[in-house]
Amino acid sequence: MAEATGISDAAAVERTLAGEREAYRVLVERHSAYVYRVAYRMTGNSHDAEEVVQEAFLRGYQKLQQFAGNANFGTWVYRIAANYAIDRLRQKKNEDARREVPSRAAEGESEIDPLSQLKDSAPSPERLAGSAQLAKKMKDALDTLTPAERTAIVMRHWDGCGIEEIAVVLKSNSSAAKNTVFRAVQKLRSALKPFAEGRGAAKAVGTES
Amino acid sequence: MKHTTEEELFAYREGEMKGRETIAAHLQECGECRAELERIEEVFRALNAMPVPDPGEEYGTKVWRQIANRLPERRVNWWTGFFFPRPLMAMGAVAALLIVAFLAGRYTGPKKPVDEILDASKVRERVLVVAVGEHLGKSEMILMELSNAQPAAAGKKLINISAAQRRAEDLVEENRLYRQTALNGGDNAMANTLDELQRVLLDVANSPAEVTPAQFQSIQKRIAAQGILLKVRVVRQELRAGAAGSKPAPAQKDSTPKARNKA
Repeated sequence: MAEATGISDAAAVERTLAGEREAYRVLVERHSAYVYRVAYRMTGNSHDAEEVVQEAFLRGYQKLQQFAGNANFGTWVYRIAANYAIDRLRQKKNEDARREVPSRAAEGESEIDPLSQLKDSAPSPERLAGSAQLAKKMKDALDTLTPAERTAIVMRHWDGCGIEEIAVVLKSNSSAAKNTVFRAVQKLRSALKPFAEGRGAAKAVGTES
Repeated sequence: MKHTTEEELFAYREGEMKGRETIAAHLQECGECRAELERIEEVFRALNAMPVPDPGEEYGTKVWRQIANRLPERRVNWWTGFFFPRPLMAMGAVAALLIVAFLAGRYTGPKKPVDEILDASKVRERVLVVAVGEHLGKSEMILMELSNAQPAAAGKKLINISAAQRRAEDLVEENRLYRQTALNGGDNAMANTLDELQRVLLDVANSPAEVTPAQFQSIQKRIAAQGILLKVRVVRQELRAGAAGSKPAPAQKDSTPKARNKA
């Protein structure tokens, strides 16, 4: 396949469709790392992210006829990955909810104070800013989002997706998608409050949950 | 002016145009709202702080190794991929799979003189004839509707063709499979007709949902110029005749497609 490695995405798609399975390898090797980053941000861990990547490329191969060269292959497989990741997140959330005691099971949609998970340590915001600890707090805060909110903020912030594109993945309309992004920001903000803007407020809020 | 809300500030940051100037003017003079905007900004900065592990340079190769043997072959029995127990296949693709299986039987089946294979291929052949026929029938319907419509007379400014468009989109997918199968089976005449049909279907599928009468006429012209309606009808009739003729025929007879040149 030495001669295939330099070909364009469009040519690789054509050759795959024509029955040359190795041509798909070019697409997989070229786009895997990018899809992995997206998947990692959505799922929050490497294990799930890797599974999303594999599934996205498997589905991509099966649906390749639908691709029809009318879009960028990277964007296209990205969307497949996002679709699969959100389904997976939802499935996981449901499983978690079933396992948990009823009082915490409603976490998915209701506004459980994410601070309850963050109050273990509260160093000063100055020390936290840009630190590994902030990264950890952000990771935890992202975990408190609903699958739709998480998908929306990842697509919007890191990948610069348009609201319309997000709406397609969320299977909603654009004003609902816009709201979802906003809700995600609100939740993250309140989760990070004690660290990012906290000062004295951190403790006051932190004790009430 | 009263202070901006969190939502307004968020929309402002997102580049929302509505009320932009008012908010910008307010931010100029209100330190409190500027600080609030800065706190929202802080959330996005914190998002950037979340690291993503580097999967490594060889990651793409690793993914390929993981999935390579799960990918169905396309050239040899490429249609077997459609038997994957995944519920994500569109209905059209499922129908197409039947046809593909049928065509495969049509072209390869009779080479092995084993009774069961012949029987199976006969059944598949009949299924496929019905399916391809249906596909062509549906395509014909869309093309006829588009060709015969007279939107200019109705005095409309814009013609909504979104319904025809959606149907064309579905057919494009099916059509691609049949074309590929015909090619694999060496039926070039069928492949050519499906190829032309493909272009017209794509034309329709990729048009805007609402077109002007002039645009609409140009779609009609393109359909007419290709003579595609006639070709589709001829192939369809042949299929029907072939199916009727092959029923009582002995199993050995390979229904090689021929005499399609008249189209």
